[in-house]
Amino acid sequence: MSDERPLVIRGGRVVDPSQDLDANVDLLLEDGVVARLGEKGESIDAPDGAEEVDASGLVVCPGLIDIHVHLREPGQEHKETIRTGTMGAAAGGFTAVVCMANTDPVNDDAAVTELILSQARRAGFARVYPLGTVSKGMKGEAMAEMGEMVASGAVGFTDDGVVVAHPELMRRALLYTQHYGVPVAQHAEDLRLTGDGVMHEGEWSTKLGLKGIPRSAEDVIIARDLILLAETGGRYHVQHLSTVGGVELVRAAKERGLPVTCEVTPHHLFLTDKAIADSDFSTDCKMKPPLRAESDRQALLAGLVDGTIDCIASDHAPHHPDEKDVEFSVAPYGILGLETTVPLCLDRLVHGGVLPLSRVIALLSTEPARVMGLPGGSLAEGSPADVTLLDLDAEVTVDRAKMRSKSRNTPFHGWQLKGRAAGTIVGGRRITLP
Amino acid sequence: MAEAPESRSTARSTVPWTRKDLLGIEELSADEIRLILDTAESFREVAERPIKKVPTLRGKTVVNLFFESSTRTRSSFEIAEKRLSADGLNFSASTSSLSKGESLVDTALNLQAMAPDLIVIRHAYPGAPHLLARRLKAGVINAGDGAHEHPTQALLDAFTIRQHKQQIQGLKVSIVGDIEHSRVVRSNIHLLGKLGAEVTVAAPRTLMPVEMESMGVKVVHSLDEAIEGADVIMMLRIQLERQGKMRFPSTREYFNLFGLTTERMARAKDDAIVMHPGPMNRGVEIASEVADGPTSVILEQVANGVAVRMAVLYLLSGVRSEDGRDA
Repeated sequence: MSDERPLVIRGGRVVDPSQDLDANVDLLLEDGVVARLGEKGESIDAPDGAEEVDASGLVVCPGLIDIHVHLREPGQEHKETIRTGTMGAAAGGFTAVVCMANTDPVNDDAAVTELILSQARRAGFARVYPLGTVSKGMKGEAMAEMGEMVASGAVGFTDDGVVVAHPELMRRALLYTQHYGVPVAQHAEDLRLTGDGVMHEGEWSTKLGLKGIPRSAEDVIIARDLILLAETGGRYHVQHLSTVGGVELVRAAKERGLPVTCEVTPHHLFLTDKAIADSDFSTDCKMKPPLRAESDRQALLAGLVDGTIDCIASDHAPHHPDEKDVEFSVAPYGILGLETTVPLCLDRLVHGGVLPLSRVIALLSTEPARVMGLPGGSLAEGSPADVTLLDLDAEVTVDRAKMRSKSRNTPFHGWQLKGRAAGTIVGGRRITLP
Repeated sequence: MAEAPESRSTARSTVPWTRKDLLGIEELSADEIRLILDTAESFREVAERPIKKVPTLRGKTVVNLFFESSTRTRSSFEIAEKRLSADGLNFSASTSSLSKGESLVDTALNLQAMAPDLIVIRHAYPGAPHLLARRLKAGVINAGDGAHEHPTQALLDAFTIRQHKQQIQGLKVSIVGDIEHSRVVRSNIHLLGKLGAEVTVAAPRTLMPVEMESMGVKVVHSLDEAIEGADVIMMLRIQLERQGKMRFPSTREYFNLFGLTTERMARAKDDAIVMHPGPMNRGVEIASEVADGPTSVILEQVANGVAVRMAVLYLLSGVRSEDGRDA
């Protein structure tokens, strides 16, 4: 991606949380990196042959990174492919995604990791960083060949989709990954407490007669893992935090100095379990962890504001319309996220006055880069030339029919939101979608 | 059996029926509930005729789509359909439509192609009738969706209570047993609440769903407390087939804690009635001496079920034929 023409971005409001910058300055991208950040009032001289981007009226920020995405390839290409998924990422303002390993076959060895990366390069719409599985075959028993996968480009490990249930496996994974300096990401769910639950256990599961998933299913695994982490060290990341108790556990662990990070999804921030009743059992409201109660939602927002929660990630989980067009109890878990995250966060968090713009950008770029140890998340000179342009004032109506994803499973269809991504630049190259 | 037509007629509903489907009690108004009950009143005497048949739904087709085994409810709907001269078709399917490779929506669309007027559906999963109702032109009657709703059961229960107590307003109704897995309790809570009864639910803590109070009922964990001063005691079936091993240790222990006996009935009002949606587990949730005793109205419930279902079929089919001749 480095033999591109130089690119000058002019007239935009550059917001880069990594260097506390919020100013109208020009930006020069060259040889795949940020070559120069102009001074205030300075017009950068464009090198010969440079492409110019007029960003007036737009925010220019470090390329956004979604660290929780299911691209479904290999094996489930009827739901999504690396090509359609990364097109969705680009359309949604993301220059990089971290993809989960529960493909078919699962990403538990270097060959699958390399296949994913080669498909991503071919598509060329966004950077893709794979997570490998913690366990061979994602069976929760023996450790997968983590070193081989890291050598091939895996940036961490997870059995996401299911929990690493066995305490000894989690303990050894936390120890072993320290050789490579990569995180272990946990889908925290004790399946014995989930039982045959399909939604949050609370007022609405009681009213709807749907089987409930108690908060404790999530909390006991986080608590256990934090106890293990205190013994082992390493880097532990809690995926899609959803409960009051989870926020409290992570907050307390951080106060003790444990190396823990966590993410939250937009749907857990902006929806509750009541959505299932309001939508008459819509399977687009079914995901894991389930939409929780208002008290959980408030705790997640508080955790986001006080810094307990490190970043926002979408848990983009495409499912084919036929798979979702069934009874709620048997529908697969998961919803789309790549193309709704930015409008939701700009509308609800920035315009809603929950957090300043620079912090929201940090939660979507600088922080996820730090959590997963990725390049990017900064526009400092020498950083990768990954840039997202945001239009804060654009009025957006979410339309599932217009999404780039192969799937249509979003509960946000028809929502009117203010703010969207206006373009992405990856490695100094403007991304244009076919 | 007291008849009090004057109290019913004062409450007689005058609203028209406008719904395509009967999916639950929750969305009905008190007036709509009264309309169904009043309509059922006029169908009740059909069962007492030598020729138990009226031509009301001649030429209408009703499909009974049962994805879950049911003897009582299906027979009741079938008899109601026959007495109304409707053409009924029984369609049984395994619990999971997916196991046969055809989705519920496809199954329903195939039936739809045969142009039925009404589809009666029983399904193990909450919301399955709602999924159908969104897709089908035919009216959909929920005959039980998982632990969510069972509207015709609540209607026949209310019909039976009204027969004995004249009105539902102000009654103290206690519902006891496996609250968590019961669709009957949820529909009854909605209905009794809309008609002004005071509802108490009682169960062991392991069979009581969380935040039950949010449904507007009093929650207790003792049978005696539930019975105290009750006008109506509704016992629920312990769904032995749905219990994991961790709900209660044995049916013997359950009976000791929550089984209804003549002795325990002493705490209820003198004229209290005992109800059960069936099928009963004698000696588990209810002693035979109570089930067969003078306070029991359990078999009346079954009889009334036919009249109530006739009323529902009649009202819903009327909506279907609005553009044609009179129903």
